[in-house]
Parts: sequence; structure tokens; C-alpha cells
Amino acid sequence: MLEMQDSGGTSRRRVLFSLGGAAAVATGLSVVPGLGARLAHATEAEVAETIKEMLGEVPAEGGVSVDLPEIAENGNTVPMTFEVDAPMTADSHVKDVMVLADGNPAPRVATFHFTPMSGKATASTRMRLVGTQNVVVVARMNDGTAMMGKKQVKVTIGGCGG
Amino acid sequence: MATIRPRVKAPRKASAGEVVEIKTLINHSMESGQRKDKDGNPIPRQIIHRFEAQFNGQEFFAVDLQPAISANPYLSFFAKLEESGEFTFRWHDDDGSVYEETKSVEVT
Repeated sequence: MLEMQDSGGTSRRRVLFSLGGAAAVATGLSVVPGLGARLAHATEAEVAETIKEMLGEVPAEGGVSVDLPEIAENGNTVPMTFEVDAPMTADSHVKDVMVLADGNPAPRVATFHFTPMSGKATASTRMRLVGTQNVVVVARMNDGTAMMGKKQVKVTIGGCGG
Repeated sequence: MATIRPRVKAPRKASAGEVVEIKTLINHSMESGQRKDKDGNPIPRQIIHRFEAQFNGQEFFAVDLQPAISANPYLSFFAKLEESGEFTFRWHDDDGSVYEETKSVEVT
């Protein structure tokens, strides 16, 4: 029995194994450069750079709560809500809120502009996320004070695909 | 593209000083400019890049949208109402079109 299995099975196993190996190498070769060419991802450094353009420096985390699903099954439409902990009076209010994603082809997602008549610095939208990444929300008050919130989202199927 | 029709959900009545929620949705493909067609040619970007909300002619909320906003962009936000009047909402398309919707609200 053992001998029979050995002589028959090994060769089949070998064929399967070598086929699998070849396939893995082939897909590996074709997928990696393809991804690199199609999706030049933003990075954390780029996000920091974009924040600096707007605010001069990257603010400490706090003051902004970001509500996103822990795991997003569909990266094409990920619901997001942010809330800035600030009064919305004529003297002290949130002016701009910038939403960034550090793993998308471009870091910017949207910029929201508020006034005291906005009532509260809260808004919701739906965004595309190409893969698991951090969503960063920075807020600027009318006096220039800045705040930041951050949340990681695990994305099962990426958006932005083509 | 199908006819673009904005939809807005805003209260018809509110009390003075109340902060009300407004929800908006517009059907639009938000073509990101990242995709390619069957022949491998890039599909040019065409998105709604700007949304504005006014009350009695005064802008109180606006958004600059990037291609990372999902198709059929949804936006919800708030407004603090002191007087009766009319909301005007505008969506600006990359192709120059502007889609507009109005809603009136009675404040007591």
C-alpha cells in the first residue's frame, strides 16, 4: 500500500506543487508592478504634509471624534461622521474641517466649511477607501486653534477600483 | 448618465433657535479619474466638486469634494434657525452644470 501510494501519489503531488508554485510566482510578478502603477498610494507623510499646508503644523490628537465602521465590507461607500467638540458662536466657532485618508491614491477626501449658523460642527458623508487605512480629520477654529481626530478602518473590498 | 436629481430632507417647521438636521443626496457617478475602460484608456474625472447650502441668501455650510467621495454623494449637516425662510442647495459639477434645490421652513 505505502509503496503504491508513494510511486503514484508523489508524482501527482509534485506536479500539483510545481504548478501551484509557478502560478504563485506568475501572479506575484504580474500583480505587484500592476498595483504599483495603478495605485500610487498616499502615505502618512503626505497626509502630514497636507495638514501642514492648511494649518502650519500637525495638531495634537483630540477634540474631534470620528465615527467610522471598524470593518468596512465595501470600500466604495464607507459612512463617516465627525463631530468637533466646539461651541458654534460668533466669537468661537469651527471654520474648516478637512478629511484625509492615508492609504488612498490622493490623501484629500473633502473639506467642510462651517459658520456659526451651522449650529454644530458635525457632518456625515460616504467615502471611498481603497484598503485598510487611517482616516484623519483636522479642524480649524476661527481663532486658528486646531484639533485632530483619527480612526483606522479595515476594508475588506477596496473602493476606487477599475 | 441618468437625469441628475438632487434630494433634500429638511424639516418644514422649527422653533426659533433650534438646530435642525438636513440630509442631502444627489445621483451622480462621481467618476474618480482613477478608473480605466475596457481598452485600458483612463476614464476622465467627472465629479461634483462643490456643495453649498444657503439660508435666505446667506451661505452657512459648504463642502469641497474630492474623488474619494462615493458615488451618489450623501451629505448631512445642521442649521441653526432663527427666522422663517428658504434654503437653497447647490451642487457644482466638473462639467460646469449646477444642480439646485430649495426648501422652505417655517420658524415659530
